Amino acid sequence: MKERLQQLQQEALEKIIAASDLKALNDVRVAYLGKKGPITEVLRGMGKLSPEERPIMGALVNEVREAIQSALEEKQAKLEQEEVEKKLASEAIDVTLPGRPVKLGNHHPLTRVIEEIEDLFIGMGYTIAEGPEVEKDYYNFEALNLPKGHPARDMQDSFYITEEILLRTHTSPVQARTMEKHQGRGPVKIICPGKVYRRDNDDATHSHQFTQIEGLVVDENIRMSDLKGTLREFARKMFGEDRDIRFRPSFFPFTEPSVEVDVSCFNCGGHGCNVCKGTGWIEILGAGMVHPNVLEMAGFDSKKYTGFAFGMGPERIAMLKYGIDDIRHFYQNDIRFLQQFHRV
Amino acid sequence: MFVSYKWLQEYVDLTGITVKELADRITKSGIEVESVEILNKGAKGVVVGHVLEREQHPNADKLSKCLVDIGEGEPVQIICGAPNVAKGQKVAVAKVGAVLPGNFKIKRAKLRGEESNGMICSLQELGVESKLVPKEYADGIFVFPSDAPVGADALELLNLDDEVLELGLTPNRADCLSMIGVAYEVAAILGRDVKLPTIELHENDENVHDYISVRVEATEDNPLYAGRIVKNVKIGPSPLWMQTRLMAAGIRPHNNVVDITNYILLEYGQPLHAFDYDRLGSKEILVRRAKAGETIITLDDTERTLTEDHLVITNGTEPVALAGVMGGANSEVQNDTTTVFIESAYFTSATIRKASKDHGLRSEASTRFEKGIDPARTKEALDRAAALMVEYAGGEVVGGVVEVNTLKQEKVTVTITLDRINRVLGTNITKEEVATILTNLQFAFTEDNEIFTITVPSRRRDISIEEDIIEEVARLYGYDRLPATLPIAESKPGKLTSYQAKRRKVRRYLEDVGLFQAITYSLTSEAKATMFALETAKPIRLALPMSEERSVLRQSLLPHLLEVVSYNRARQVENVAVYETGAVYLTKDAHELPEEKERLAGAITGLWHANLWQGEKKAVDFYVVKGILDGLFHLLGLEQRIEYKQAKREHMHPGRTADILLDGNVIGFVGQLHPRVQKDYDVKETYVFELALTDLLNAEVEDIRYSLIPRFPSITRDIALVVDEQVIAGDIQQAIIEAGGELLKEVTIFDVYKGDRLPDGKKSIAFSLRYFDPERTLTDEEVTAVHEQVIKAVEKQFGATLRG
Ligand SMILES: [Zn+2]
Repeated sequence: MKERLQQLQQEALEKIIAASDLKALNDVRVAYLGKKGPITEVLRGMGKLSPEERPIMGALVNEVREAIQSALEEKQAKLEQEEVEKKLASEAIDVTLPGRPVKLGNHHPLTRVIEEIEDLFIGMGYTIAEGPEVEKDYYNFEALNLPKGHPARDMQDSFYITEEILLRTHTSPVQARTMEKHQGRGPVKIICPGKVYRRDNDDATHSHQFTQIEGLVVDENIRMSDLKGTLREFARKMFGEDRDIRFRPSFFPFTEPSVEVDVSCFNCGGHGCNVCKGTGWIEILGAGMVHPNVLEMAGFDSKKYTGFAFGMGPERIAMLKYGIDDIRHFYQNDIRFLQQFHRV
Repeated sequence: MFVSYKWLQEYVDLTGITVKELADRITKSGIEVESVEILNKGAKGVVVGHVLEREQHPNADKLSKCLVDIGEGEPVQIICGAPNVAKGQKVAVAKVGAVLPGNFKIKRAKLRGEESNGMICSLQELGVESKLVPKEYADGIFVFPSDAPVGADALELLNLDDEVLELGLTPNRADCLSMIGVAYEVAAILGRDVKLPTIELHENDENVHDYISVRVEATEDNPLYAGRIVKNVKIGPSPLWMQTRLMAAGIRPHNNVVDITNYILLEYGQPLHAFDYDRLGSKEILVRRAKAGETIITLDDTERTLTEDHLVITNGTEPVALAGVMGGANSEVQNDTTTVFIESAYFTSATIRKASKDHGLRSEASTRFEKGIDPARTKEALDRAAALMVEYAGGEVVGGVVEVNTLKQEKVTVTITLDRINRVLGTNITKEEVATILTNLQFAFTEDNEIFTITVPSRRRDISIEEDIIEEVARLYGYDRLPATLPIAESKPGKLTSYQAKRRKVRRYLEDVGLFQAITYSLTSEAKATMFALETAKPIRLALPMSEERSVLRQSLLPHLLEVVSYNRARQVENVAVYETGAVYLTKDAHELPEEKERLAGAITGLWHANLWQGEKKAVDFYVVKGILDGLFHLLGLEQRIEYKQAKREHMHPGRTADILLDGNVIGFVGQLHPRVQKDYDVKETYVFELALTDLLNAEVEDIRYSLIPRFPSITRDIALVVDEQVIAGDIQQAIIEAGGELLKEVTIFDVYKGDRLPDGKKSIAFSLRYFDPERTLTDEEVTAVHEQVIKAVEKQFGATLRG
């Protein structure tokens, strides 16, 4: 009997190894462990055994049963694993096919430049001031030390609507309005971005509509050196940490002293290239100390308060930064142009 | 202003300063040198030749065969094509081996069988601009005065070896519209002296008042008028050195008298005018405003009709010059002129600007008057001109000056402390440094305890206040020496306003769902100005538009966004999704500023989504755009307060357009473009929207408050309702929400069906209703009771039946 059991175990284990799928394995289970299987049969024959032999045989039967059972389970797990792998293999896809496109638009390049500048100055404690594009002659010119008949008005031929109302030619009227709102009390620290208009024929370098960003700081003890430091900070954040700036004397009616501000060329680092026309410097800003007449007209005591102002053109900056060759691109909105500015 | 380097040396010692260095230093100190040009443009090898013989070329009618002495060896034969070449002339000869502008090399040649050893040159061939060449040499070769030494360097004699600096002058630096003014500037930069011209004037015994009297009616416009008489002049060419200086400065030589007035204009910045005394027609000068409709024929032979804004010089009755702008033809100096009346006057800038603008006449004179001249030099310039006419036109100066002077010239003094200078600049400049700068500028000053009292010379009309002095000190001290600091003040954080922050988020959202930001023009045509506008007002028209296309301010962003779609389509970009934020301009009263309202508009056309290999292709339709807008309202927290209402709008598809309401007020619309407009713009099916962004962003929304996340299960019931086709889903949904009360938390439409399986004129809409109570688990019975109410309500309101 003992031999019979060992033989059965031997047979069953061999069949389990041979079983190639779950069905075959189940057949083995039924055949050996089923109610009609040989082991059950052995159990039935145990009645014939002596009471001493019975527990010994019982233990042996269980041992055999467990051995078969555990072999079955192990094999089952293995076969199931194989089955899953087979299924997964059949589910393989071509990962090189294109993904489902996500539609994405992006900022206009001018907005990109403007927001970058805004954020930079917000970081330095400025707020953003906005104002009307259709302006009074007073705010656009007179409050900025450009009385009627002033020769510098020729510098910016304007679109008038009536004698007193025009499309603003710069964002400076926002400065005048903001200062007026402060009623002679500082500090004023603002950035004014916006659209401006001049009587120019549209061509590669001129546009009757364009954008400007101006900045204004008015407080007690504002020095021209503060203007230099502020703009150097701006230039470095905007164009790279190793940039430098230089002031060249200039003239604007609303500032005195007035300067043009050059930034060392970000393309060649100042050695001279076609971007900077070989000079190593690129003219980016106009700036100066707020003219006392401008301060006084806005209600500030020019003996107590001083201020600086600066202005720049996002179009020019974008053209330099991205190598854009024609200002009209900004207003034609060709999708193939716009989508080039998608990256963060 | 063109400044001759050689001429400038008459007033300032430029020893040791190259042209390049000079240009750099001038630019650094405040006046931009826009270019430095050598006049001969690279020409060399041109000498003075003497035409010994001239005969007709045997084989060519228009050519001359000349024998020319060029001062070396045997005279050479040169073939010349100029009509004015003649025996005995002194001419400019480009020798064999010479180079002319444009790198044109002169070689020995044979012209129609005759040998030619060089070329006799016109001024144009030597690099002079045609418009500057004296009229008599305009169509031929240039002829030197007979005393020109044969073999001498012709380019040097013509001053073409000179270099010219072009100054880009800002309006405040009108003082540099003269050689003397530039000399003062250069002297200040270099720390050198200015040498002024010496004037030796010999007057005869006669009295100018016996010749002429002057009256000025318009003293406001003409505070100073002075004149002299020079008699017995002989009109002829001015000396070569004067002609070449005029040409270098961009003025064409005419004759000695006219050239002298122009020379003084360049030297002193004082425009002069020379009248032919005998042609004045009276012994009187009267300066007055013109009468309306009065006419004058100016030197350019143009008849000009005048208005009361224009100032004229008259002979007591009729105009003889348009003051400060151009002389009259009737009193022009001509070849037979013998007596000249020289006018040197100060006209105020506003008057001259108006006249120059009205007549489209910008002359060297008017430019200077417009920018403002120095009246302190007016009489000196007059004397210098008279002296030169004696010297170069053989004249005789009549004794005395006629003059009307109502000028109130006050001395400008500025007082400033050293501390103020340093406080404004952020520097530590010493009082000695300031003193040196003021001395170099030739500003008279006193200094007492670091307080400077400065008397500003009249030539510097741009200086009158402390800041002007600070600027002078700063620019001559050098901006590169200015330290870089940051404002010392309490630092407050900067921040976007809530409106600005929301606007940025709106833009970013639209871009993230697939739209590109466009920026278009605010000016449009009258026809497009009001198209699509949410609100319309009387179009705001420019007083002087540059074109009809850009004449009126827009009231909607859509016309230009559609142009963007059209522009792209014309370039084979068929799928376009763009948006713009920007102002529209609405006026109530033409004399007040219009209201500027910010709008948000979009235009979408073509495929919205495509992934072709998966067989996916979705064209834009109404619901794509509506979905985008729904997302936007959600972003702004307004989704519960927004309503879409079927609407009819001009230029929009009548069946596919909805007004958008916020709290019951129309704040925009969305829909398909009317096929007719589509055709006008040459675009395909296009969907557009425009919203009142100002209203959307200013709508007050509650702060975010956390609410309980449901802990109890919800119960969902679906119903399919058959209704008449005209019934709209939004109404049913609204009715369901109302009937469902507290427990009904969500109603979703998940199917709309029209077709064979329903009777004609009917459609079925399927809704999914989700019920829950955040506080407890609902029972089936409770939900059924509410659900029954909902069904009853829609049956009653819309005649809806449940679809079995
Ligand atoms: Zn460079």
